[in-house]
Amino acid sequence: MVKYVIKRVLLMLLTFFIIMSGCFILIRLLPNVPAQQFGKDMNLVLQRRVRQGLVDMNGNPIPMIQQYWHFITRTLIGGDWGVSESLYIGQDCFSIFLSKLPATILLNVYAMVFSVPLGLLLGIYAALRKNRWQDHVISTGVMVFVSVPSYVYAFLVQYLLCYRLKLFPLVMNSGRDYFTWSMFHSMLPAILSLSFGSIAGFARYTRAELTEVLTSEYLLLARTKGLTKGQTTRRHALRNAMVVIFPMIIGEFIGIIGGSLIIENIFVVPGVGPLYVNSITALDYNFFMLLSGFYCLIGLASGILLDLSYSFIDPRIRIGSKANGKY
Amino acid sequence: MASTDRNIFPEIPAEKFRFTNNRSESDEKFKTKQIGYFGDAWNRFRKNKSSIAAAVIILLLILYALVAPLIGSNNYTRNLTDTTYLTYTKLLPKSKLFSWLGWDGCSRTELAEANYIYYSAIEKETGYNVIREVYGTRVTDAGKTMYDVKLDSYTANGFIYMTLTQQQYEAIQAWQDSTGIQVIYPAVTLKNVSDASIWYEANAKGVATLKNGEVVPAYRTSGNDGDYHSLRIDGDPGKTDANDAKRYRYAIITGDSNAISYKCRVNKYAYFQYRYGFEPIFYFGTNSLGQDIFTRLASGARFSLLFAVGISMINLILGSIYGAIEGYYGGLADLIMERISDILVEVPFMVVATLFQLHLAKKVGPVWSLLFAFVVTGWIGMAARVRMQFYRFKGREYVLAARTLGASDRRLMFKHIFPNSLGTLITGCVLVIPGVIFSESSLTYLGIINLDSSTMTSVGTMLANGKDYLSTYPHIIFFPALFIALLEISFNLFGNGLRDAFNPALRGADE
Repeated sequence: MVKYVIKRVLLMLLTFFIIMSGCFILIRLLPNVPAQQFGKDMNLVLQRRVRQGLVDMNGNPIPMIQQYWHFITRTLIGGDWGVSESLYIGQDCFSIFLSKLPATILLNVYAMVFSVPLGLLLGIYAALRKNRWQDHVISTGVMVFVSVPSYVYAFLVQYLLCYRLKLFPLVMNSGRDYFTWSMFHSMLPAILSLSFGSIAGFARYTRAELTEVLTSEYLLLARTKGLTKGQTTRRHALRNAMVVIFPMIIGEFIGIIGGSLIIENIFVVPGVGPLYVNSITALDYNFFMLLSGFYCLIGLASGILLDLSYSFIDPRIRIGSKANGKY
Repeated sequence: MASTDRNIFPEIPAEKFRFTNNRSESDEKFKTKQIGYFGDAWNRFRKNKSSIAAAVIILLLILYALVAPLIGSNNYTRNLTDTTYLTYTKLLPKSKLFSWLGWDGCSRTELAEANYIYYSAIEKETGYNVIREVYGTRVTDAGKTMYDVKLDSYTANGFIYMTLTQQQYEAIQAWQDSTGIQVIYPAVTLKNVSDASIWYEANAKGVATLKNGEVVPAYRTSGNDGDYHSLRIDGDPGKTDANDAKRYRYAIITGDSNAISYKCRVNKYAYFQYRYGFEPIFYFGTNSLGQDIFTRLASGARFSLLFAVGISMINLILGSIYGAIEGYYGGLADLIMERISDILVEVPFMVVATLFQLHLAKKVGPVWSLLFAFVVTGWIGMAARVRMQFYRFKGREYVLAARTLGASDRRLMFKHIFPNSLGTLITGCVLVIPGVIFSESSLTYLGIINLDSSTMTSVGTMLANGKDYLSTYPHIIFFPALFIALLEISFNLFGNGLRDAFNPALRGADE
């Protein structure tokens, strides 16, 4: 098992390295902004560029192959992502990124806290009432909410709840006091818009898994030996259905740190999503590199975690094992 | 065989030969109709009511994208570069047929007193119904009266100052004479009011100075207007006697006889009829630039659909070739090619789209760069499906038989094995379309890609343009959002129906 995990992590790092190399080369091929353009911040920008090993002392670019070596040693390994060159001129990219992270994570954790129990409950209810009207209503709703893009509900939420009924502020508060009631209140529209889709997603998977388990023969056996329907569902069906559902929740948990670019933009969340979009429109390449790496890493990590969680939950599943059953 | 027998024994007549047993007995034809692969799938698909409904909705949406520009007010939208283009902005949706449903271009709003006077004055001057209904008034804590009214956005849009050449000026007058509709209204003497709708004494903010509760007209009664010989409004002394010194002047004339220009107060509702030949009715309203949403959405939808279908086709071709090679040859080729696609599939799409945008957009245009971005990672899913199918079928006996008969690799791949994966491929192709439309609309909405121009748009661009007016004019964003929601739901339902039809074993796997 340990060997398999190490192998997966190493492969992940290799993939990450290749993708980042590609990004780096493509970004470096673009015309470089001369440091003179930054006026009073010139020295600051120049110093950091020299420290990152992209230019020589006079500000002239050095050969690409050397730049690439410095990128590997100083940026990927050393963690020096440079300074912002157009959004927050002269400020350290990584510390700004860290300051934006809490809002995104908090928003998405709240959304998960809402959507996991609701989604599971709806899915279980629909599976137990399979092919009756309750199931049809839930399944139709799920189909609609899975398909409709999240920004459409975001518009609806913003227009109906925030503007028409004035229940919430139009955009999220911008302060740093993340755990106050007013902050939570201003986050609610974004949380709602994020939750609809994932509630529907969880409900869909839960229903599909549970209906499959409910029709299997060992459940019939459990009923024949005298258990009530509730007991069989709780003790046998749900446990087995969870084998598939739980990894999905874990995978989603990592995925949500990435957040939703579009929802964060609509509700002006002071998080990573708007930072990324702004870095693209303002052509702030250092931010772009950092955040591309961030999103890439999240995608890779959630894939691994998803695979590993299967075998943690169900010991019968041994991912990566050889045909003879050993790791 | 019979023919060679005949050659060997030419003397024996053919009638003397007979079959040892009657073959027609054993070779009985099937009484039922033969059902092929697609016939079978169609039979299953037909039973799935929701997919049929989804297919009908998709057809309707495509029909809308194709037909709407023909029946809509398209000549209005097309003339954005026109200098006499009328920016008739933010009109609400209106339909003659369904006006009783509230689809009448009116909105219920609460007006402060100054605004109430402003709109009543437009109504008074033009005779068009601006304030359709007054539901009631209330007095605020500050002692101000608020009017709860139903406002017609088409007539409330009021007036615009337009600088006309002599030809245009004459043409409008001729049209006024023939139809009896007043387009040009008298010029005013107000110096520091820029709003063309104000024809009465008012301060710089446009708030009317009342006398006995009535507005005081500020029409220009001096200056040269020898060129005006058309309709005059009620209350104009020139109406009875065209040479009355106190008659209203209808234009402010500047320039000399070589380049004379007329600055006129033009009523938008009437000018629209003059300029475009029909009464302004926009089924979905107009956006902040005055473009008709009904036709613009259709052209955006046409672009988005065509774009998505094109990408789906390219992915299909690339993915099939790649997957076929991987699956058929297996071994080292498969191992290397799988690693390449493993890495490509992990690159976040947003990053790819941005990099292509930075490098290619200026050279080949944003549409092509977006297309490349979608293709770079999009074919991998398709390749994985084809690869799976090849692994399943390449060991079958019929493939071995074909190989024994001397079929080449290419023939085996594309003639014998590939058709087995058609079902999953068609399903995959259909399910790619909503994904592409969703990603494209997200990217354009976020402003990473700009597909907007006077001739082209996409649904995502329309959403992005409408977001600033979400609270004040929600209809601008409502129709594109509704369209995309319908499209996504119906394509997903349709795709799931197809998957169930082609592969009954997967039925309900993802519901």
